[in-house]
Amino acid sequence: MSKQQGLLDWIDARFPLTSTWKAHVSEYYAPKNFNFWYFFGSLALLVLVIQVVTGIFLTMNYKPDAATAFYSVEYIMRDVAGGWIIRYMHSTGASMFFVVVYLHMFRGLIYGSYKQPRELVWVFGTLIFLVLMAEAFMGYLLPWGQMSFWGAQVIVNLFAAIPVIGPDLSVFIRGDFVVGDATLNRFFALHVIAVPLILIALVVAHLVALHEVGSNNPDGIEIKKNKDPETHIPLDGIPFHPYYTVKDILGVAVFLIVFSSIVFFAPEMGGYFLERPNFDPADPLKTPAHIAPVWYFTPFYAILRAIPSFFGTQVWGVLGMGAAVVLIAFLPWLDKSPVKSVRYRGPRFKFMLVLFVISFIGLGILGALPSTNVRTVIAQILSIIYFAFFLGMPFYTKNDVGPVAPPARVTDSNLGRQLKFLVLFALAIGGAALFAKFV
Amino acid sequence: MKKFIRHLIAAAALAVPASVFAAGASVPLDKAPIDIQNVESLQRGAQIFTNYCLSCHSAQAMRYNRLTDLALSEKQIKENLMFATEKVGDTMKVAMAPADGKKWFGATPPDLSLIARARGADYLYSYLRGFYRDPSRPTGWNNKVFDKVGMPHIMWEWQGDQVMETVKGKDGHDTHELKLVKAGAFTKIDENGKANTAEFDSRMADLTNYMVYMAEPVQVKRQQIGYVVLMFLVLLLLPFAYFLKKEYWKDIH
Repeated sequence: MSKQQGLLDWIDARFPLTSTWKAHVSEYYAPKNFNFWYFFGSLALLVLVIQVVTGIFLTMNYKPDAATAFYSVEYIMRDVAGGWIIRYMHSTGASMFFVVVYLHMFRGLIYGSYKQPRELVWVFGTLIFLVLMAEAFMGYLLPWGQMSFWGAQVIVNLFAAIPVIGPDLSVFIRGDFVVGDATLNRFFALHVIAVPLILIALVVAHLVALHEVGSNNPDGIEIKKNKDPETHIPLDGIPFHPYYTVKDILGVAVFLIVFSSIVFFAPEMGGYFLERPNFDPADPLKTPAHIAPVWYFTPFYAILRAIPSFFGTQVWGVLGMGAAVVLIAFLPWLDKSPVKSVRYRGPRFKFMLVLFVISFIGLGILGALPSTNVRTVIAQILSIIYFAFFLGMPFYTKNDVGPVAPPARVTDSNLGRQLKFLVLFALAIGGAALFAKFV
Repeated sequence: MKKFIRHLIAAAALAVPASVFAAGASVPLDKAPIDIQNVESLQRGAQIFTNYCLSCHSAQAMRYNRLTDLALSEKQIKENLMFATEKVGDTMKVAMAPADGKKWFGATPPDLSLIARARGADYLYSYLRGFYRDPSRPTGWNNKVFDKVGMPHIMWEWQGDQVMETVKGKDGHDTHELKLVKAGAFTKIDENGKANTAEFDSRMADLTNYMVYMAEPVQVKRQQIGYVVLMFLVLLLLPFAYFLKKEYWKDIH
C-alpha cells in the first residue's frame, strides 16, 4: 500500500472524501449530449468565485462611509496596486453573472429542465436568482455615485407603496428617512457577508439536488431509464470528470476571452456595466435627469412602470414586478406538457416561447429608456405577453407535442438544428437592435 | 408607479435650483478631437488644468506625482504645475474654500477628477467652447451646453466674445448658433467676419484630453495589459483547452 493510499484510507475512515468525490465528480454520470447551453452552469460558478475573491480584496480598501465611500473606490482605482483590475473584474463580474444566469435559466426553459423530477433544482435556482438580485442591488449602492444613491432611493421607495406597513417598512430598510450613511453601512454588511452566505448555501443545495436526480439534457429524456444491466451505469452517461471538466475548461477559455475583452477594453461597456452618472458622487439634493436601473433589472423595472395605479395605490406595479420573478419558480407545475425538450414539443409552446423572448428583451430595452406614452403602451402589451406565457402555460402546453416523439436514447446535435439556432439567434439580435432604434 | 416616481423626482426637484437640470438638455455636441496616447497634448492640457481649473475646482482623486505618467519628472511637476501644495504626492486640492465658491458662483465648483467619465469628452469639449455673452446672467456669461451655468468664462481672453444668434431655419424653426464677435488671443476674425478658432479649439482639445486621462489614469496601461492577456487566452489557453477536450472525447460517440 502506497503512502498516499494510506493517507486517503485514514481520511476516508473519518471523512467521506473519496465517496463525495465519486458521487459528485468522478462517478457522477452526465448525459453525453450536452450542447453549448450547458456551459453556463459551470460559468455561473466561476463568476461566483471571481466575485467572492475580488470582493474580498475590494473590502480591504473600500470604506463604507457616506463621506469617504466614493473616493475610496477611486483610491482603489488609482493608488492600490492592481486595484483597478480587481475593481473592473468585480464590476464586470456583476453584469456577467446575470448574462450567464439568464442564459442558464433559458436553457432550463427550452429543455424543460425544471420538470419532474427536477422541481427542487429549479426552485433552488429561482431562489438563487432572487438572492442574486438582492446582492447586486445592495452592491450597486456601495460606490456611492449618483445612480447608486438615486437607484436605491427609488427601489427602497417601492416598499413604501405597500399599504399600511409600507412607509415604516421603507424607513426600516434604509435605517433613516432618506438613503444615507446608515443605509450604506447596512447594505455593505449585507452585501459582503449575509447575502453571499445565503447565496453559497443555495448554490450547494442547487447542486446537491441536481446530483440526486441527475442532469437533464437537450433531448429531455431520462438517461437513468437505460442502464447497463451489469454496471448499472446509464448507457448515455459519461463521468463528469474527466469528460465535462475538460469540456468546461474550453467553455471557461471562451468566457475568459469575452470577460477580459470587457475588463481591459470596455469596462464601462458603453455605460451599461458602469453607468455614467455613477462617476458623480452621490448628492441627495441633485436628482439625475433620468434614473435607470442597471441593464439586468430593466425587464422587471419596465413591468413595474407599465402597471398603472388603481384604487389610489401604486402597489400593483410592485406586486406585478414581484410576481414576474416569483412566477418563474412555479414553472414545474405550470407546464403540463408530456415532453420536456422544445425539440419534441408542438407549435403552441414554440410560438409562446418566441413571444416570451420578444417580451423579455423588449421590456429590457424599454426599462432602460425614459418612459413616453407610446413606450408605456408597448411595455403594457409586452408585460401582458410575459404573464400570458406563464399563466397560460397549463392550457397551451397540454397535449402540445411535435410530430417526432422523444427518442429512447439521446441524439447528437446536427447541422440542421445548429443552422436553425443560428438563424433564430441572428433574428433575436437584429430584432432587438431594430426595436431599440425605433422605440 | 411611473407617476409615483415622477412625484418623487418632482419633490426632490423643488429643493434644487433649476440650473442643475439644465445640463441634461439635449444640445448637439461637437466631437472632441482627442488622442489619449498623445503625451504632448496631455502635457499641454495638464498645464492649462493646473494653471486655470485648479484655482476653483479640485481633483481630489488625482495626485500630482501621477503626472509622471505623462513623461514629466517630479522636478518638472513641482516647478511648473504645483501651486496649491508643496508635496508632490498630494492630491489636487483647491485653495478656495468650498463655502466661498458657493457664495461667489451659486454652487460649489464640482470636483473634476472624474468629470470626463461622468459627462463624456464631447460634452467637455463643447462646454469649454460654449460660453457666450448673456447680460441676464450675474456673471455676464452663459453656456450653450449648460444653460444658466454658474461658472464665468475663465478663458475669455483666449477665446474672445461669443454671442448666441437666433437663425431662422429653412423649416421655419429657429435655431441657435454661437457667433464669435470679438477675437481673443487665440482666435481671429477676418475682414469678411469669418472666425478662425483653430488655435483656441486645439487648446481646449488638449484640456479635454487631459481630463479624459485624469478620469482614468491607468487606461493606456490597461489596454496594453489587455493585449497581453488576450494573446495568452487566444493563443495558449484556448488551443490547449480545445485539444485537451478533443483528446479526452475521442472515444465518446
